[in-house]
Amino acid sequence: MVSVALTVNGVARSHEVEPRLLLVQYLREVLALTGTHVGCETSLCGACTVLLNGRAVKSCTVLAAQAHGADVVTIEGLAKDGKLHPLQEAFWQEHGLQCGFCTPGMILAAHQLLEENPTPDEPAIRHALEGNLCRCTGYHNIVRAVKAAAAGK
Amino acid sequence: MTTTPPKFIGARVKRKEDPRLITGRATYTDDVTRPRMLYARFVRSTHGHAKLVRVDAEAARDAPGVVAVLTGEDVKDRIAPLPVAHKIADLKTPPHPALAVGEVRHTGEAVAVVVAESPAQAVDAAEKVSVEYEPLTVVTDVVAASKSGSPLVHADLKTNVAFSMSHVAGDADARFAGAPVVIKQRIVNQRLVPVAIEPRSVVADFDPGYEKLTLTSTTQIPHLVRLLLAAVLGLPEHKIRVVAPEVGGGFGSKLNFYAEEAVLAHVSQRLGRPVKWTETRTEGFLSTIHGRDQVCDLEVAADKNGKLLALKATLYQDLGAYHQLLTPVIPTLTVLMLPGCYTVQDVRIDLKGVFTNKTPTDAYRGAGRPEATFVIERALDLVADATGKDPADVRRANFPPPHAFPFATCTGLSYDSGNYQATLDKLQLAVDYKAIRKEQEAARQAGKLMGVGLSTYVEICGLGPSAAMPAGGWEACELEVRRTGKVVVKTGVSPHGQGEETTFAQIVADGFGLTPDDVEIVHGDTDAVAEGIGTFGSRAQAVGGAALSRCVETVRTKARRIAAHLLEVSPDDVVFEAGKLHPTGVPAKAKTFQEIVDAAYLADQLPPEIEPGLSAVHFFEPSNFTFPFGAHLAVVDIDPDTGKVTLRRYVAVDDCGNIINPMIVEGQVHGGIAQGAAQALFEEAIYDDAGQLVTGSLMDYAVPKASFLPSFELDHTVTPTPVNPLGAKGVGEAGTIASGVAIANAVIDALRPFGVKHLDMPYKPERVWRAMQGGAR
Repeated sequence: MVSVALTVNGVARSHEVEPRLLLVQYLREVLALTGTHVGCETSLCGACTVLLNGRAVKSCTVLAAQAHGADVVTIEGLAKDGKLHPLQEAFWQEHGLQCGFCTPGMILAAHQLLEENPTPDEPAIRHALEGNLCRCTGYHNIVRAVKAAAAGK
Repeated sequence: MTTTPPKFIGARVKRKEDPRLITGRATYTDDVTRPRMLYARFVRSTHGHAKLVRVDAEAARDAPGVVAVLTGEDVKDRIAPLPVAHKIADLKTPPHPALAVGEVRHTGEAVAVVVAESPAQAVDAAEKVSVEYEPLTVVTDVVAASKSGSPLVHADLKTNVAFSMSHVAGDADARFAGAPVVIKQRIVNQRLVPVAIEPRSVVADFDPGYEKLTLTSTTQIPHLVRLLLAAVLGLPEHKIRVVAPEVGGGFGSKLNFYAEEAVLAHVSQRLGRPVKWTETRTEGFLSTIHGRDQVCDLEVAADKNGKLLALKATLYQDLGAYHQLLTPVIPTLTVLMLPGCYTVQDVRIDLKGVFTNKTPTDAYRGAGRPEATFVIERALDLVADATGKDPADVRRANFPPPHAFPFATCTGLSYDSGNYQATLDKLQLAVDYKAIRKEQEAARQAGKLMGVGLSTYVEICGLGPSAAMPAGGWEACELEVRRTGKVVVKTGVSPHGQGEETTFAQIVADGFGLTPDDVEIVHGDTDAVAEGIGTFGSRAQAVGGAALSRCVETVRTKARRIAAHLLEVSPDDVVFEAGKLHPTGVPAKAKTFQEIVDAAYLADQLPPEIEPGLSAVHFFEPSNFTFPFGAHLAVVDIDPDTGKVTLRRYVAVDDCGNIINPMIVEGQVHGGIAQGAAQALFEEAIYDDAGQLVTGSLMDYAVPKASFLPSFELDHTVTPTPVNPLGAKGVGEAGTIASGVAIANAVIDALRPFGVKHLDMPYKPERVWRAMQGGAR
């Protein structure tokens, strides 16, 4: 067992975990933060995307132990004081989700994009979201949602 | 009926589902935990076909945390073979055990289940299960498997052909004789893996005290799963509860009854503890049904103007190794829809359903209709090519006129309503079709490979009249007005992204002058919702919404009766509009809906013939299927050096009848188009000769990424259906049904300079490049 201590959504957490425990498993099974989802085991689908020290990572490809000392933000931590993040508002407004399973990861990947490129065009959005698969929307409204969030609507 | 214009029906209402989904506060099946819950892991066949000589679970049983290991021998007398729901005459139904007994017939078939205290312990212990196989001959080619003398998937059947059927109308042979244009073409519709982003998951919780089973499952059909669990496990149906919580996409792959549901239920009952299983993605590639996998030998006869004279088709459907719930039914829909939106009356269609050593096929978005549309829309383009006519003109020459509806097809269907000219007109106008063809001419002169492809489709959905459905085709709805004037709807449809919590609330809101926030839609729990059939076959609005519509009408009628009593007029003289009930012509004497609700529950002013309460229950039985239709156009550019196809532009004009929420309808079309485009350009499930799924994970199976697709251009027409009170046809699958062949026609059009007449999907660069070299078709 290894000790991990990290901040998750602003709250300090610490646990003894098996070395092989993935960060996504730590979040879902130990912390009961089930908003982060598992859609594959080959790091392709992106449903597990969270922010680790401000950068979007696939939490299925990070060991919990690697996150020791880190600041993690999951979808549950995006809204502040009950106020939705502009990306959350935009996904809702633009119908950027249907079943919702890819959505937490998609929003956090888009979060990373907008940090780096506050006014992305469509090709930049589609490129930035290559790591996140969606089967329901065909990506059309996801692109619209990211554009709307960027425009501050 | 309301006389005021609808306020919410037809509006782009933001979804009520979204707040919980965008904040990560929704509960999907793998999010569920129960006290003392165990974890299951399946051991699966690594062979495409083999004798199951021995399953040695001893070492696994001794592994840390293991509570039980069960094999096929352990459960064969406790779990009946998995059912198939069909109305096919003389269908061969070889037993499909939940855990294999004696023989395995496809890679991934479940052989044993390991149950442990933690997921990791279950995984570790499963690797200690030692299985001895004796390989048998594998057959993976559906046409070869259909021939006598082929190696057999089920030796006892003495054939791999599970069923044959023929549909004959008119005299195709006579029409072929002497026809100016006769074309023969083999068309392959390749196997696909559905890949809903949420893996399948089951939590079974058998309460030994109450002897009640609660099964939480990623299902599209909770009520049917309840029925089938009872049948397969010998449990009383009225003591089973099935819950479909949030479900992360289905597309037909969760419209089924799976071995894992039966086994988990049995394990929970056996051990008296809850138990959870969630598929890994690579596991799901083998254990969740596949889609399509159909070969068509097509013959078309036409006159020199491109008018179809007759069609002949021999269809080979690859069923996989066993029937799952609807496996043999899917290709029968191909037969029904093969003539498409055309007037051809002379056809001969033969279908063979054939077993192979692969994962079973079953419903996947479109379920038999993309296959039909692909064949007929390729046929129209082949005829256009042979006659030198434009593909749009050739289609027009074969459309029934708008006044010909309901239109009787040569396969015995009655198309409810339609105007195929209107959608094609709108499409050609929207894209400036002549200009696009001019652009293409110029591109060709410059040596560029630009293709334009059309698809004018009609599809069959709103499943469906019970006479045609194996387990009934109605949908049930209960509507309760609560004392506080809010409404609870309990619907048998089971949405997993389609937005009925919003659209059904819109319908109710308009019915009573409420807002959608006043209306709660309950679904996916068979304890809360007494009866239902589920969400599939684009039926939620057409059948489920219709049942809701009836409930709204029944409650409005009672509300008017109560108002009539309070206002001392006849019920026929009461107008109920915009949330108020008043005598005709006297709006000042109105009662509010809340006043009527109060009267219904306080009941101190009701006459004896009016019962207290304000609720309704309806089962809507559709009198027909519904037939959405449309016209789609794809523009592609092909890199002449690499064969890479870029989908540059995609335009869709669809008609799904009356639209409840345009935003949601557009979303369904976007997603549908993407999945058809995926089949055309990126995806194929490939088996090798040993029956190994070579494309066994997302690393090799190319589900499109955001950068693979363009944004789409959508428009619509509205031709209501007379089949249900909403006039709504359904739209969930139409995009997929149209788009694969629109893109195929574009790719083949782009390759015209190379003399390519036909090319099978997917149009990966190598295939396209070879076709350009005069190689493989």
